[in-house]
Amino acid sequence: MILVNRREQIAWEEGLTVARLLERLRFTFPQIIVSVNGELVRRDEYGTRAVPDEADVRVVHLMAGG
Amino acid sequence: MTENSREASSVLAKHTYTVSAVVRGYAGRTLYVNVGDGVIESKPVTQEMKDKFIGGRGFDLWLLWNGVADDTKWDDPENEIVISSGPCGGTTQYPGSGKSIVATVSPLTNVVIDSNAGGHFGPLLKFAGWDAVEVQGKADKDVIVVIDGTTGTVRIEVAPEDAPGDTHLLGRWLLDRYAADEEARRYTSSITAGTGSEHTRMGCLNFSLYDRKRQDLRYKQAGRGGIGTVLRDKRIKALVVRSRPVKGDSNAPADLGRISRTGAEMHREVREFDPIQNRMRSRGTSYLVQIMDDYDLLPVHNFRYGSHPDTPQINGDVWEARFTQGLPDGCWYGCTIACAHAVDGYEVKSGPHKGQIVIVDGPEYETIAAVGSNCGIFDPDVVLEINFYCDTYGIDTISFGTALGFVMECYEAGVLDTEKTGGLELSFGSADAALAVLHQMGQGEAFGEVVGLGIRGMKRYFVEQYDTDARFLQDIGMEAKGLEYSEYVTKESLAQQGGYGLTNKGPHHDEAWLIFMDLVNNQLPTFEDKAEALHYFPMWRTWFGLCGFCKLPWNDVVHPKNAQSAEPSKIPHHVQNYVEIFSGVTGREVTSQDLIDMAEGVYNFQRVFNIRLGYGLREHDAIPYRSVGPVTAEEYESRADRYDEQLRELLNLEPETMSTEEKMSALRVHRERQYELLIDAVYERRGWTADGVPTLSKLQSLGIDYPEVVAVVERHL
Repeated sequence: MILVNRREQIAWEEGLTVARLLERLRFTFPQIIVSVNGELVRRDEYGTRAVPDEADVRVVHLMAGG
Repeated sequence: MTENSREASSVLAKHTYTVSAVVRGYAGRTLYVNVGDGVIESKPVTQEMKDKFIGGRGFDLWLLWNGVADDTKWDDPENEIVISSGPCGGTTQYPGSGKSIVATVSPLTNVVIDSNAGGHFGPLLKFAGWDAVEVQGKADKDVIVVIDGTTGTVRIEVAPEDAPGDTHLLGRWLLDRYAADEEARRYTSSITAGTGSEHTRMGCLNFSLYDRKRQDLRYKQAGRGGIGTVLRDKRIKALVVRSRPVKGDSNAPADLGRISRTGAEMHREVREFDPIQNRMRSRGTSYLVQIMDDYDLLPVHNFRYGSHPDTPQINGDVWEARFTQGLPDGCWYGCTIACAHAVDGYEVKSGPHKGQIVIVDGPEYETIAAVGSNCGIFDPDVVLEINFYCDTYGIDTISFGTALGFVMECYEAGVLDTEKTGGLELSFGSADAALAVLHQMGQGEAFGEVVGLGIRGMKRYFVEQYDTDARFLQDIGMEAKGLEYSEYVTKESLAQQGGYGLTNKGPHHDEAWLIFMDLVNNQLPTFEDKAEALHYFPMWRTWFGLCGFCKLPWNDVVHPKNAQSAEPSKIPHHVQNYVEIFSGVTGREVTSQDLIDMAEGVYNFQRVFNIRLGYGLREHDAIPYRSVGPVTAEEYESRADRYDEQLRELLNLEPETMSTEEKMSALRVHRERQYELLIDAVYERRGWTADGVPTLSKLQSLGIDYPEVVAVVERHL
């Protein structure tokens, strides 16, 4: 399992990347900041950066609205 | 028509003045116009006004406070409409620096409403010599107020009987009448409402801008709270302003180089990052439609649900294809965000303007969600048709869509039937019926007249006329303080429930939009965290309205370096931009904390203003249960997994042993209690009593402990 935003438990899968995790979570908002185990992940690394099992993932959505 | 012939036939009052130069963002005086008795006066802008109220909404509130009495109602002659841009309004070096802010006593809420709009009026008003215009009184015939900064005259003119009623025709008529050539058109702007403003409580104002590329008029709306209704109640057909040509230094900043450097850096950010972020330059705020649906936050069927399978039919991709691309769609000069898109060459399909080819400004996110998904309408042509007619009739799209969603639920619940609606079958998705209601509102007839009362008015009407269950209407009627909700589902975000409920003017998204921080990011786990956010962000957003800024450049495009900041949600490097711009314009060196302090003074003043008018206490911060949790069993069952899990985790209940009604009841008790605890925490953070009254020490610390302000508060301490 991995922990997302200190709240949601998500089942880990072999080969899980940041991009795949965002897709599973339906996190489609373009203005997000992702860190895996405290390390920031650049947008151009989402497709390749692996998310290990038991990772602590933070996905900070910036504000939107009106 | 020449000015001489106009004067001979129609001028009721005239005032001449010397157009003084703007100094560091201020013209140095405000304009008072009484359309009832013809008095036109100049008032000085004092240092105290600049220090404490800054400009924009702050000036609006100060002038309005001094113009009305404790018992002033929206349709009393002494009620005023006050319009101001603020010291940074009219800046052309930084995006989003041309907003106008309007305030009045609202026909929907009976307290002060403030609403902002793009368009050229506010900056041109300043360049015509005035930091604000304050309109009072009631005329006995339709009038036009003309502020001409090229001749130094202010006139109240009788509006000819052949002047059109609806904005898309009236605006053009005004332009032809008051701006003879291309250069004059560029520096002329009008404020109009429309026939719908004459017959409903939800009238909006249309602020014009002359689009040089299209060589035609565009309009931006100050939509909220029925200000258009007040304008037409005063029998003001239009306010027109004209200034001398605008130049890069027209706002006379203290340090032009400083704001130019800051602006240049921001323009680079917009060009580089907008195409890979929100794509405002091609889609505007319509990008939010699909996003909100993806996160179950898009209002569907009167806020019952947060998503719908047909949303792709009205999402940002659809609008990107419909919007004319490649034009600089800013609503003020120099805005590279350029989100003010339009659909050109639209043929109107219904109503009194059927067959005309028009420009439809927008639709923006709020309109698409309000008149689209919230009403179960997923046809972009219908959304465009409603958008066009709301604007030209002078009806707020948000209030219209939210009110119509309420009506549709009432219809499906049996509160209304075709006998009561005059034959209209107003179930969700009924596009023809929706348009029929809108046209009735434009004419003030049939069932449209009832809808025009707004949700709070309709609730009273349905109870009195049809003996409807008042509690059910209270639960599903998406209004607070009398203002219809703007378009976000708040059930799963307690902080956003407060973001809507704990506002001065009513549930609108321009105080605090905290759904992602709270619901998705889990950045606000405690009441204290939520209270801090419900202190900081409303103050920050208030500050934009003091200065004439649009909020979009703050957070709708962001440099990647923001990810490394300590508080990325505040976008600190953009906050610093505003420190630079404000200091560079006014010459008053400030810090980021100073900006919050400025806003806090005005925010608290507005709270006291509401108390003075008989509202503004804890009981007035109540919100409908639909914004807190599921009202109906169908709603609960649609997200049963989510709610059942909460009953287990938060309340240690066993939902599998409970009926849906029992589960709904338990959840309701819990969630309503949470909202009350949130109120306690927020009031404490804001320095208010448990009843929501700013304390004397808070007023003193903010420097707004004027005797008349203290007198209001003391009655409640």
